[in-house]
Amino acid sequence: MKDFRLIVLFAVGFAVLPWFTHSGVLLNALMMALFACLMSQSWNILGGFGGQLSFGHALFFGTGAYAQAIFQMQYGVNPWAALALAVSISSLLGGVLGWISFRYGLRGSYFALITLAFAEVFRILSLSSTITGAGVGLMLPLSESFGNMQFSGKTGFIELILCMNVIALLITLWLKNSRLGAYLQAVRDNEDAAKALGVNPLKVKFFAISISAALMGAAGCFYVQVFQYIDPNLAYGAHTSVAALVGAIVGGMGTLWGPVLGAFALELLSSLTRNFLGELPGINMVVYGSLLIAIIMFLPKGLIGLFSSMGAKSQVRGGIAVDSKLKS
Amino acid sequence: MFDAGIIYSSLLNGLTSGAVYILIALGLTLIYGVLHIINFAHGAALMLALYGVYFLKVNLGLDPYWSLLIMVPVMFVLGYALQRLVIERASHGKDENILLVTLGLSIVLENLALLFFKSDTRNIETAYTLTTVAVGPAMIALPKIIACLGAACMSLLLIGMMKFTKIGLAIRAVAKEKQGARLMGIDVEHVYAMSFGIGLACLGAAACFLLPAYYVNPSVGGGFVLVAFTVVVLGGMGSFTGAVVGGLLIGVVESLGGLFMGDSLGQVGIFMLFIIVLLIRPQGLFGAKR
Repeated sequence: MKDFRLIVLFAVGFAVLPWFTHSGVLLNALMMALFACLMSQSWNILGGFGGQLSFGHALFFGTGAYAQAIFQMQYGVNPWAALALAVSISSLLGGVLGWISFRYGLRGSYFALITLAFAEVFRILSLSSTITGAGVGLMLPLSESFGNMQFSGKTGFIELILCMNVIALLITLWLKNSRLGAYLQAVRDNEDAAKALGVNPLKVKFFAISISAALMGAAGCFYVQVFQYIDPNLAYGAHTSVAALVGAIVGGMGTLWGPVLGAFALELLSSLTRNFLGELPGINMVVYGSLLIAIIMFLPKGLIGLFSSMGAKSQVRGGIAVDSKLKS
Repeated sequence: MFDAGIIYSSLLNGLTSGAVYILIALGLTLIYGVLHIINFAHGAALMLALYGVYFLKVNLGLDPYWSLLIMVPVMFVLGYALQRLVIERASHGKDENILLVTLGLSIVLENLALLFFKSDTRNIETAYTLTTVAVGPAMIALPKIIACLGAACMSLLLIGMMKFTKIGLAIRAVAKEKQGARLMGIDVEHVYAMSFGIGLACLGAAACFLLPAYYVNPSVGGGFVLVAFTVVVLGGMGSFTGAVVGGLLIGVVESLGGLFMGDSLGQVGIFMLFIIVLLIRPQGLFGAKR
């Protein structure tokens, strides 16, 4: 119940916050933080709760983004309907990828590798296919209206990404407390033991990757609506996969609030480095990478581990390593 | 539709780029064989070594092949130190942490290079860069021939080291049974660091053979490393023979794929092969069934 009340607080707090400020910088930072939040929460469902570390989550992001753009531009679909379609397509792709890789028993580093390879295949294909606009990318025509999902100010976009985040949080909360979530965490901690107790690991991991991919696809749709442009490197580039993963790990894997905390901390840190060091190429990624190493080294439970009283119940990070063996 | 001459030269080209893949994959497969973990920082370390060779040539005028004497020990020390000071301490005994830390290292190294060296693509000019040698009816650049010989020497050296030296024996023992090796008095952490060091030393050598024929930029590692992963997975994780056969095979597939389907689809061909091997035969061609 406490978590549910916190989600309501989160929703109401950020919904009214834009009415109190006119600072474009602040609103933009809030929007980008919430955007990062959604990606981290998506990664967390598969990586944190499911223990399947994906290094290629950009695959779902890019597919959602391209689907959102293509449905509107090629087929004249309303953006809200396109959003539903794009999220379903990402989710379906996640399901297919999950089905084939879990079906063949890929775990640990092998799963990380195959997600990376899939993202790379999609990047190369989208570079050479005409429907994705090849290297030029796709540019969404500007036409601001609610029906068109293009808002004149940042506030509208903040409310949109906030809605997506609240849905993601509610799904995660449900996952944390539901039977399926318990199965998923059991599979993460010890797949063979879970199997022996009658859990079907293939099925629960399949659900986890489908949900995770759907949320990541939604983040892609949001990106296209805000920036009205997508190209192969923005869609399937490694930096998106890294941002999703680092946010979840820095905040605390397998917790409800960890990814939120991690994403906001990263956004704060990257705007601080921007302010002090200026706009340097790659500096953001240096910060992300160093933070990833430092957190794993010194705070393996993530930032949320620091608030042990608050996060005590939600710390379900298992003590058993992901087995690097291929097949049981 | 293609005459035999073009196919022959494309085949030869494939074999020479395969040799380069072998150079990179040898270190990767050694690290995998012992630590049972994929070193995601492998591409970034290669990029670093390439910059090392580049700056030795540009600032000190050192020939890339003489740089071998500097780059191999430097990369060894770097690898040893990285394993001892970063990876070992961050792992907390979990494989997934090693995976994430090597990913973090690759992100940091690649973007530091971008920060300091900018995204310019650089290459070096040597007296023999444009020299070509006739191999049968086709012409091949001399640096590529030397890279082939280098790959052959290094594979033999590594296989010899694993078979006949004490550290090779220790590495094999730790790879097979960590706890047992520890009980026999082997310093497992030292062996881990040695393997990581040797793995990166291979990259130091690879960089010296590579640079005369290729180029360096901050993201050069990413392109090579996915191919090297493919080579290692295809050949069988931890198998040196597998890396050699896998490297040559991938080189030929890429070259012939590029000839028949165009360059970018040739790349997709490699990744598809990678995915199919991972799914259907994850132990590779020469790997033991796990």
